[in-house]
Amino acid sequence: MSSPAFHTKELSVRYRPGGPLVLDRVSIAVPRGSLYAVLGPNGSGKSTLMKALLGQVPPARGAAFIDGRPVQAWKRRDLARWVGAVSQHEETSFPLTVRSLVEMGRYPHLGPLQPMGSRDHEAVEAALTRCAALDLAERFVDTLSGGEFQRVRIARALAQEPVALALDEPTSSLDIRHEMGILELLRDSAREGITVFLVTHHLNLAARYADRVLLLDRGRVAAEGSVEEVYRAEVLASVYEWPVAVAHDPLSAAPMVTPLSPR
Amino acid sequence: MKGWGAGAALLAALVLALLLSLRFGAEGLGTARVLGVLTGEGSATDRFIVLDLRLPRALLAVLVGGGLALSGAVFQALLRNPLAEPYILGISGGAAAGAVLVLALGLAGSASWFLPGAAFGGALLAIALVFGVAVSADRRLDVRVLLLSGVVVGAFFSACIALILSLAEAATVRSAVLWMMGSLAGATWRSVGIVAVYTLPAALLLIALARPLNLMAIGEETAGYLGTDVEPVKRLAYGVASFVAAAGVAFAGVIGFVGLIIPHAIRLVIGSDHRLLLPLSFLAGAAFLTLADLAARVALRPVEVPIGVITAFIGVPFFLLLLRRSLR
Repeated sequence: MSSPAFHTKELSVRYRPGGPLVLDRVSIAVPRGSLYAVLGPNGSGKSTLMKALLGQVPPARGAAFIDGRPVQAWKRRDLARWVGAVSQHEETSFPLTVRSLVEMGRYPHLGPLQPMGSRDHEAVEAALTRCAALDLAERFVDTLSGGEFQRVRIARALAQEPVALALDEPTSSLDIRHEMGILELLRDSAREGITVFLVTHHLNLAARYADRVLLLDRGRVAAEGSVEEVYRAEVLASVYEWPVAVAHDPLSAAPMVTPLSPR
Repeated sequence: MKGWGAGAALLAALVLALLLSLRFGAEGLGTARVLGVLTGEGSATDRFIVLDLRLPRALLAVLVGGGLALSGAVFQALLRNPLAEPYILGISGGAAAGAVLVLALGLAGSASWFLPGAAFGGALLAIALVFGVAVSADRRLDVRVLLLSGVVVGAFFSACIALILSLAEAATVRSAVLWMMGSLAGATWRSVGIVAVYTLPAALLLIALARPLNLMAIGEETAGYLGTDVEPVKRLAYGVASFVAAAGVAFAGVIGFVGLIIPHAIRLVIGSDHRLLLPLSFLAGAAFLTLADLAARVALRPVEVPIGVITAFIGVPFFLLLLRRSLR
């Protein structure tokens, strides 16, 4: 049996020694080729989970595994060929074209001074095409809109030709068209066999697109499983500290969460 | 392609600058006499002027100018701050404090290595202090703390300098002020050799880090996700770029603007890819400082103008012009 794409065992994280636990004994398994959504209120540890999973934050206890190997045992370069990650924030400090930003996705495949080959150029073109960003290629990154920038960053992650993608709120602050475009792209990638680890705020979109979901509450696993298993009104209401009702979307048939007005 | 063109142009400019700086000076030598000396002929006086006075001085300008521009480009990428420059980690303050102390104690004349040695020691002390503060509890190097502690350590050394100067004699104050504005007048083959040993291997190492530096410039987290070992790269690049700046400052004093302006000028022409930016910054910094030193020697002959004044006078308008053009 092959190991899950990502899994954690009793993973705990704190940012300073003696500080509070940001993640508290989190054990999850992300099946290969699935779209796995991580949900939870602000400060519940979603971003920290992604960072710990990718070895950016050391565990206080427990461990995170990628492809069955502890993340700390991976060389960063090998890891970058396996997972394409899109962090929450990124700011270019000097003028850079979209093409050169996406070409950075090939760095893990290149030696320090090795120039890009035809194989690398093909991967960059394919990724740009895939993300409908080909016409942006010669633009400067600082002239892009928020939605265009996110598409370009996902293109860079795809240019890494990874086995898995990990994304931290890639659609926050995007309009419907850009948001849906990205989610459709991620679902298609998952169908092609790329494992997608998605941190998001959007309960209803996660319900439509995710194969499995994790609900975090103050660093602990509140619920994990299929969308139907996790989307229970009493669980969501207690985690988000707000009354909600769960119905089904008449069009997609996915569970649909409606926050209620108190009283 | 653009990179090769710019590289060839800068290389030609550097060769021209070197020839000009051999030709002109307190005594103008004709081109024929300079070429004569370079091909192994010429009178003993000509040979002394060209080979023992002007050539080491020009080569020191090449090394120090190239080193400062390269180190400035590296700091700008690592700190993701366009205002970063080679002295940002308090290096100029530390070096100046060391130099001023030696001058005030009247030790500068007793051995030729005292002044550069003290300046280098002061610079290393500043680097060590700033690094010590910026390495946090979990042993990561915090870039923001690095920047702030660099400024604060620099301010502390400035206070030390002010204290020493307030107690010193007028002649000492004058030589200290001149040292702090930079000069290549002390160049010897020995100093060229020492600076070369520091600068050239360091330059190759930093150029080999070009791709990781491209990634660091877009953020440490993303750099990690794209395969960079962020902490080792940061330490190596900061350490090496600081050593280059410290070696330069020890033998040439504090020369401003080269490390700030040259990388920006190159970026405006060829973009932000460090594989081009770093080598071209070195070439441009080398040519620029060679010409600036020539101007320092001949502008108000027989008085020598501090080279820091020249770099500011040429660099600032040139940079503002480039900036205007890039905004249009």
